[in-house]
Amino acid sequence: MQNVITIPGLRSRFRPRFDREYCDGCGQCAEECSFNEIRMDTRAGKKIPVANGRACGACHRCELTCPRGAICITAEQMALRPHGIWQSDTVNRIHLQAASGAVALTGLGADTGIPVYFDQILFNACQVTNPSIDPQREVMETVTHLGRKARSLNELEALTSDRRSLIRLNTPLVFAPMSYGSINLNLQLAMARVAQKKGLLWYSGEGGLHQDLYPYSDCVVLQVASGRFGVSHEYLQMGRAYQIKIGQGAKPGIGGHLPGEKVLPGISETRMIPLGSDAISPAPQHDIYSIEDLRLLIYGIKEASGYKPVCVKIAAVHNVAAIASGIVRAGADMLYLDGYRGGSGATPAVVRDNVGIPLELALAAVDQRLRDERIRHQASIIAAGGIRNSGDVMKAIALGADAVAVGSACLLACGCHVCQRCNSGKCPWGITTNDARLATRLDPVWAEERLTNLVEGWHHEMQEIMGLNGIYDMGSFRGNRLILRGVGLSDRELSVLGIIHAGE
Amino acid sequence: MCGIAGLISQKRTRENGTRIKKGILLQNDRGNGLGAGYAAYGIYPQYADLYALHLMSGDAQSLNEAQSFLEEHFFIHAAENIPVWSQIIADHPLLYRYFVEPRIHLLEQTICESADDYTIGKVMELNSKLEHVFIFSSGKNMGVFKGVGTPGDIYDFYLLDNYEGYCWLAHNRFPTNTPGWWGGAHPFNLLSYSIVHNGEISSYGINRRYLEGFGYVCRMQTDSEVVAYLLDLLIRRHRLSIEQTTNVLAPPYWSYAEGMTKTTVRDNLIALKIIYESAMLNGPFAILAACTEGLFSITDNTKLRPMTVGQAGEYSYFASEVSALFEMEENLDGVTTPRAGQPCIVRLEEETASDYLEAAMQ
Repeated sequence: MQNVITIPGLRSRFRPRFDREYCDGCGQCAEECSFNEIRMDTRAGKKIPVANGRACGACHRCELTCPRGAICITAEQMALRPHGIWQSDTVNRIHLQAASGAVALTGLGADTGIPVYFDQILFNACQVTNPSIDPQREVMETVTHLGRKARSLNELEALTSDRRSLIRLNTPLVFAPMSYGSINLNLQLAMARVAQKKGLLWYSGEGGLHQDLYPYSDCVVLQVASGRFGVSHEYLQMGRAYQIKIGQGAKPGIGGHLPGEKVLPGISETRMIPLGSDAISPAPQHDIYSIEDLRLLIYGIKEASGYKPVCVKIAAVHNVAAIASGIVRAGADMLYLDGYRGGSGATPAVVRDNVGIPLELALAAVDQRLRDERIRHQASIIAAGGIRNSGDVMKAIALGADAVAVGSACLLACGCHVCQRCNSGKCPWGITTNDARLATRLDPVWAEERLTNLVEGWHHEMQEIMGLNGIYDMGSFRGNRLILRGVGLSDRELSVLGIIHAGE
Repeated sequence: MCGIAGLISQKRTRENGTRIKKGILLQNDRGNGLGAGYAAYGIYPQYADLYALHLMSGDAQSLNEAQSFLEEHFFIHAAENIPVWSQIIADHPLLYRYFVEPRIHLLEQTICESADDYTIGKVMELNSKLEHVFIFSSGKNMGVFKGVGTPGDIYDFYLLDNYEGYCWLAHNRFPTNTPGWWGGAHPFNLLSYSIVHNGEISSYGINRRYLEGFGYVCRMQTDSEVVAYLLDLLIRRHRLSIEQTTNVLAPPYWSYAEGMTKTTVRDNLIALKIIYESAMLNGPFAILAACTEGLFSITDNTKLRPMTVGQAGEYSYFASEVSALFEMEENLDGVTTPRAGQPCIVRLEEETASDYLEAAMQ
């Protein structure tokens, strides 16, 4: 068991508490808990649930499914003598690794206390001289086009029609790439349906396209990652656009991992790999060792797909602006920028927490660099990585993003309570697992409704933010950094963000 | 709130500023004395082929530096103080004008496509490089006269009774989001493009960044200046028609454009909206713009700022308030109020050979 972390001797940080007054011993909680935290015991002739205190991760599945409302998850932090450096998480991880000798894996995005710049940026609002526009009563449009655009009308007229392929979005939101395998097929299905219905895009991630999702291929961006899973001639014809995955915010510089246990029949078929084999994507794309190789792949995909837009996904790293410029010059029509807080189904904690830079800084730097080099029109920027709400979306757009990708928030909309054990394959909500028993917990119809509601709610809020700034078209919000002001940021941070301080 | 007035003779009949003054003075309540200005086209027929550069300077030293800069890059045919009546506004900057043409050998050394590009480059360079001095008018056979004061004061200060133009713009300013200073008064001008603007441009942040990508330098501390530069970019450099330009600056809604049944019109409209997304103006605005082709107005799609148009014979009149139209011409043939987002374009008649001759003889 070299690679599996067990936790001998350690108590869980959480614990289900059972209210004996209400519990009728039905045993549902034990059924629901996929981590075996709860077992049913018989005491004095009565069936009761018992927590073992080792595995609770606060997913709240038992609590929220208990028919009697008899469970409450409580925090059970081990009382360590306070120390500024040796805090409980740090201590805990050392104990875990000492027990296992493995790389500590985790899910979701980084939560290390590196500043979330979105939280230190505020919007402007109309007062007196420029009236707000009320989206409840006036037209408020968010139509967005992604892809390579002409710099002038003359330039457009010089292009043949097959080189003018742009993607129209009703609102600048896309569903972030999360592969079939890392997430439940039902969730992909729900995202695909919402994307089609709402005029958005969804991304396949690197796991190929399951045939149940073929009807939604007119709004999918199909991924070509280093493992090349599921890439076939047919695949290269089918998508609305293609994405070459170079890096991911949660694990820049390393490839995707899908353990053999998760490679079940549907996944094996879609990825075109043997049942039960580990799907370990190489860290680099082994036909891309430099920018000219990327250019070859971009144009290879364009040729194969009939000149559909090609998107290149990179993680936000130190030299991101220069890299982005190279990618755009190499022919990419879209640049997908995944920031430090970007999520993941499984990533080494040390990578997630220590590698890459925050999205806000990377986005601002890339947008400005492409403008300085006068190639900004050649590629759309899709900002991703820890987008939590419509405020983050609109701040990213004002900093310069053409569209914003939503990943983790979709999982939350479908029941995720951020227990951060996506890598385990035991997601009790059936979101990040395809285990036959657990996967059925995510009803695609319900998930579609939840995602629809989320998109509609955010869309209304985005319209409100536009309206209160007196702007009726997203095009005038995009890259309009004067709408933003920083609070509590240094001159250096403000200068990278390209905004001024509140009060100025 | 600001006041706008404009008039144009399609036959290029020239007249002094009396009527435009009446039109803008009637709208005195629309300003607060912190800025007013005029633009007049056809006022320098004797120098019709030269760029007429109007300069403002805080001190003589800066003006000298500017003059050295101009001498280096241009051949100066004439230079003089802009005549002013200092008793009206005692505290005013030095105002000077030069009639210039680019030095041919320098023009040829650059990668500029035309004398216009060269001149714009030098105007931007002077305005951003030198302190306390800048060029606020750079067209041919036209000029901008503006400053801090009421429209009446500015008119009398610049002695505008003495100029004869076929097209006049006037503005009465009530600054709210940027300081009231001489350079911040309207009209804003670049080459032959001049604009007066009532409102606020909420899209300024991105309009400015977009223009910087084409080499324009925004230095006037106010949102309105971007409109003049956008006109230069769209009409002169990208060769869009005035109709196309109005569809870029104040485009119809997506829902309208995408719902159009005529596919060529629809596709053209959508292409303009996509390509020139960052040039689109947003916020409350009514703008009156003049160029060598004529005079046109645009308003925002919700029409949060007023614009009315009157017509009588060869003349068209624009104003924020209908009463101002009648102040300029009692016997109007018709008055219209453009609908929200609807542009109103008045083109000059083609110049004939005899017009040139007449101009040359004056």
